Amino acid sequence: MHETAAPAVVHGPPTTFLSKHVFSLDHKVIGLQYYTLALVAVVTGMVLSWLMRIHLGWSSAAIPGLQVLSPNGAPGGVMTPEYYLQLMTMHATIMVFFVLTTAPFAAFGNYFLPIQVGAEDMPFPHFNMMSFWTTFTAFLILVAAFFVPDGPPLSGWTAYAPLSAIGKNAGPGEGTGQVLWAAALGVFCIGQLLGSLNFISTVLDMRTKGMTLARLPVTCWAWFITSCMGLTAFAVLMPATILLILDHVAGTSFFIASGLVLNDQLVPHSGGSTLLWQHLFWFFGHPEVYIAIVPGMGIVTHVLVTNMRRPMLSMKAILYSMWALAFLSYMVYGHHMFVSGMNPFSSLVFSFPTLMITIPSTVVVLIWIGSLYGSKLRINTASLFALGFISMFVSGGVSGFFLAQPSIDIMLHATYFVVGHFHMVMGVAAMFGIFSGTYFWFPKMTGHMMNETIGKIHFWLTFVGTYCIFMPFHYLGWAGNVRRYAAFTDDFLKPLIPVHQFITVAAIFTGAVQLLFIYNLIYSRFRGPAAPANPWEGTSLEWAMPSPPPWNNFGGHDPIVYHDADQYGVKTASGADYIMQNSPEQALGTAEGD
Amino acid sequence: MATTLPPPKPELLSLPERRQNGHSGGGQNLVPAGGDLRVTQHYSPPASSSAIWVAIAAICMSFAAFTSALIVRQGSSNDWRHITLPSVLFLSTLLLLASSVTLEVARRRVAAYMGGATADIAPSRLWMYLTLGLGLLFVAGQYAAWLQLRSQGLYLATNPNSSFFYVFTAIHAVHVLGGLAGLLRVIRKLGNASLRRSTLDATAYYWHFMGVLWVYLFLLLWLKI
Amino acid sequence: MGKLLAVTIIIIAIASAVPFVMHTWEPPADVSTHGGLIDEQMADTMIEAGVSFLAAQILLGLFIWQFSKPRTDSKVKTFPGGAKGLVIAAIVLVGVEVLALGAFGSKAWAAVYFTPPAADAMPVQVQAGQFAFYFRYPGPDGKFGPLHPEMINEGNQNLFGLDPEHDVESRDDVVTAEMAIPVNKEVHLLMHAKDVSHSFYVPALRIHQDFVPGLDLSLHFTATKVGTYEIVCSQLCGLGHYNMRAYLKVLSQQDFDEWMKKEQAAQ
Repeated sequence: MHETAAPAVVHGPPTTFLSKHVFSLDHKVIGLQYYTLALVAVVTGMVLSWLMRIHLGWSSAAIPGLQVLSPNGAPGGVMTPEYYLQLMTMHATIMVFFVLTTAPFAAFGNYFLPIQVGAEDMPFPHFNMMSFWTTFTAFLILVAAFFVPDGPPLSGWTAYAPLSAIGKNAGPGEGTGQVLWAAALGVFCIGQLLGSLNFISTVLDMRTKGMTLARLPVTCWAWFITSCMGLTAFAVLMPATILLILDHVAGTSFFIASGLVLNDQLVPHSGGSTLLWQHLFWFFGHPEVYIAIVPGMGIVTHVLVTNMRRPMLSMKAILYSMWALAFLSYMVYGHHMFVSGMNPFSSLVFSFPTLMITIPSTVVVLIWIGSLYGSKLRINTASLFALGFISMFVSGGVSGFFLAQPSIDIMLHATYFVVGHFHMVMGVAAMFGIFSGTYFWFPKMTGHMMNETIGKIHFWLTFVGTYCIFMPFHYLGWAGNVRRYAAFTDDFLKPLIPVHQFITVAAIFTGAVQLLFIYNLIYSRFRGPAAPANPWEGTSLEWAMPSPPPWNNFGGHDPIVYHDADQYGVKTASGADYIMQNSPEQALGTAEGD
Repeated sequence: MATTLPPPKPELLSLPERRQNGHSGGGQNLVPAGGDLRVTQHYSPPASSSAIWVAIAAICMSFAAFTSALIVRQGSSNDWRHITLPSVLFLSTLLLLASSVTLEVARRRVAAYMGGATADIAPSRLWMYLTLGLGLLFVAGQYAAWLQLRSQGLYLATNPNSSFFYVFTAIHAVHVLGGLAGLLRVIRKLGNASLRRSTLDATAYYWHFMGVLWVYLFLLLWLKI
Repeated sequence: MGKLLAVTIIIIAIASAVPFVMHTWEPPADVSTHGGLIDEQMADTMIEAGVSFLAAQILLGLFIWQFSKPRTDSKVKTFPGGAKGLVIAAIVLVGVEVLALGAFGSKAWAAVYFTPPAADAMPVQVQAGQFAFYFRYPGPDGKFGPLHPEMINEGNQNLFGLDPEHDVESRDDVVTAEMAIPVNKEVHLLMHAKDVSHSFYVPALRIHQDFVPGLDLSLHFTATKVGTYEIVCSQLCGLGHYNMRAYLKVLSQQDFDEWMKKEQAAQ
């Protein structure tokens, strides 16, 4: 052996403001950066939804100040139909990509995955930093679409070609705005691919001594499964966005068919395939839905098991179900295209795996509910949101029974029933997962407890409020109310306008309630009482370190893991009903009664 | 209820210790700068050796998407005109394959040095530079192919086959440039003796994959299926 | 607070189901021959989904009620039957039933998509463009003239791009802005997109099909009740999407013949 120089740490403690808070290599700081980005994005997306809801309830109402944002889109503050569609596109894109993907997956995953596997950091901290900053750049590119002359695109987050590919003649925002949109998504894909690469390597290679795969906390599995989906899904979206941009700027015809006529002018493209975009988009799009919800399922399981003080009836069943969901997500994307002109036989082929999704989903829900039986459930804001998640997941899930069937889709396709379905299950349920994770992990992340009173008020108003918003969507869809309409001028839709007005009021109310959450975040960050290391008496490794953790997580020592993360409801020598993963203590028996 | 606990495994009960090399949770990023290659080669998380396969899987997925786009686009319309591939591509294919061979020679040499079989590191660096040169020549060859197509009046938007040709070659070339950056990094680390064995292996696998991917794309464009 | 959550969940679940049980908001009444199968399928699925929804929410509520009480004893209990029973319940009760539902539902889908139109079905072409539907009837010769997209000119009302000077079949084609069909007569609808994707959605007729630019699709259906129904676009097509509609008039054969005569005269 040769003598070596003192080890130079590639990623040592940060020394400057820039390396500590901006271009940080620390997975925890990157996690918080993702969380902050998601917070900015969710506020933006929510304000957009307010504007849209006001327009849907009262389509001639002037919204004070809107003309400042867009003099053309809202002359005198009254939204034009095209501006409605532009805001709708931005609302969906921001929410799906920059909130539902970044918060539960990138933010919490970055912060807690390395900690929970007992690592000092992710294996590629530079990639991790790049992952955040490319995602942030993608956000800036997307938001820039608001400030180009024609404004953001109006083709929806699905951007169906050829509307999205022809260019500015197809509608406002279909020129520069649409190109910015596609570029933002392409850049976003790069960021998430780098992130997924890190997540997968962390789980495979960075586990500490004794942390076998079977001992990983359920959240780690959820993030791992999500990364596997992200890796394959974003790798398909990126080529699609490249081809879309080329159709715009280079005159190619990947998605634009022959013989199309706009304003009496033949579109100078030929031979492209309309359905090609839909196939590429939905091959990404369906797994994307699960990318949004699977981390939430993991977080909720983690929060519940801690607060039930007993293990899940079968953690294996939950894990296998999450894997089954991920696997099925690639076989079902055609259910978005039942009436899109795809071969009608394919519709039936796609329908059965879609219906099979009910099985793993039901298994997870029943395991959650069954595990509540006989538990010593602790009610706090985190567990309230976790229980609310189950309720929302069920409500959003059962409407899938309808939409999975091509015959029923004839009636419900592209109606508010679909809007209700996906808002319940991937919007609200995923948000409840994020809230639950926030209330649960905030003490660890900041070193301060969150205010429980405000938290509970926030839960109650949000829980009731979201049901008031999204349940009526199903009624509207049942009556045939087509989605993506800026106003309802059809005879059979006019009687439904009062329902829309009710939803608008509920949406503004529920949105305003979220200010409580933001207030709570800021207030507790500075004024909250100091958090102990393990406030919820959890077992996983994040509770085995100070709150907040030091820059190198475990202070330069590798924790050793002796148990799985489900050691709740056990008898111990010390009288505690749980054993931490890094404690060599052995249970004296279970605390099971009769 | 999963509360019946397995007895603790004896090997897990030793005291926590900080391991400077090998496979553990913390401390894996400790890499000596300017040490000795023979010692530092294992100062590495094996992460990069699994991560490279993950990255290759993602790239395969992207090109699978491109391929399916090509098949759908070719089948959806009758405006597909087969183009004759520029002859320079045969040469650049050979260059890229040759660069895989030179890189493999370099890798063996470095391994021999790290293993103590040889005391001379200089030849392996030479092979590395040779690989780098061949890689650059390959990219130049792709550029020459584009010029050749342009001189025939075949531009990106001329017909769907030329569109896919430019897209495939350009995206592949971007990935090759990434590989070249990786090679530069390996050469630099070889220079200051901070090269991890797994970094070298991962870079080599990536580079070989670029060759395989190019052969696949070349056949896809050449065979006129 | 656990009890309050339990009660809230159960109240919300029941309240959510009320409008469906009371039929407060219903799709327009069916006027097609194939729609009965779809309606039946929707009703069956509603029962299945409704029971699953209420059962899960109520069970969730009851367990929260029961087990959120602070307890001093350290005992925890396990759900009778454990995980195995629940997994089997999920597979048997929900999985198999839903899959069976899907299998029966394919009958309704097949009725729409897997049957060829009758030989004597009346052909009508519909062209969707931003933001209107136009219809074309083949006229007495029973043949549609070919389309020439480059000749489309809204100014001189050549909406389909017809060239009657050169194409004999186009000379008697009848182009209209509203669709009229005779009652109880099968219609073979030929769908053509002029610019971007649109959709042909007639809730009352239980038909819904996207227009695919570059790919002409067809549908067939029979209307069973005289009346006027709305055809709406359900595929986002641009700024006027919300306002893109046409009227479908289902007429008696006699009224239809008169309507056709009037339209022919107006060409």
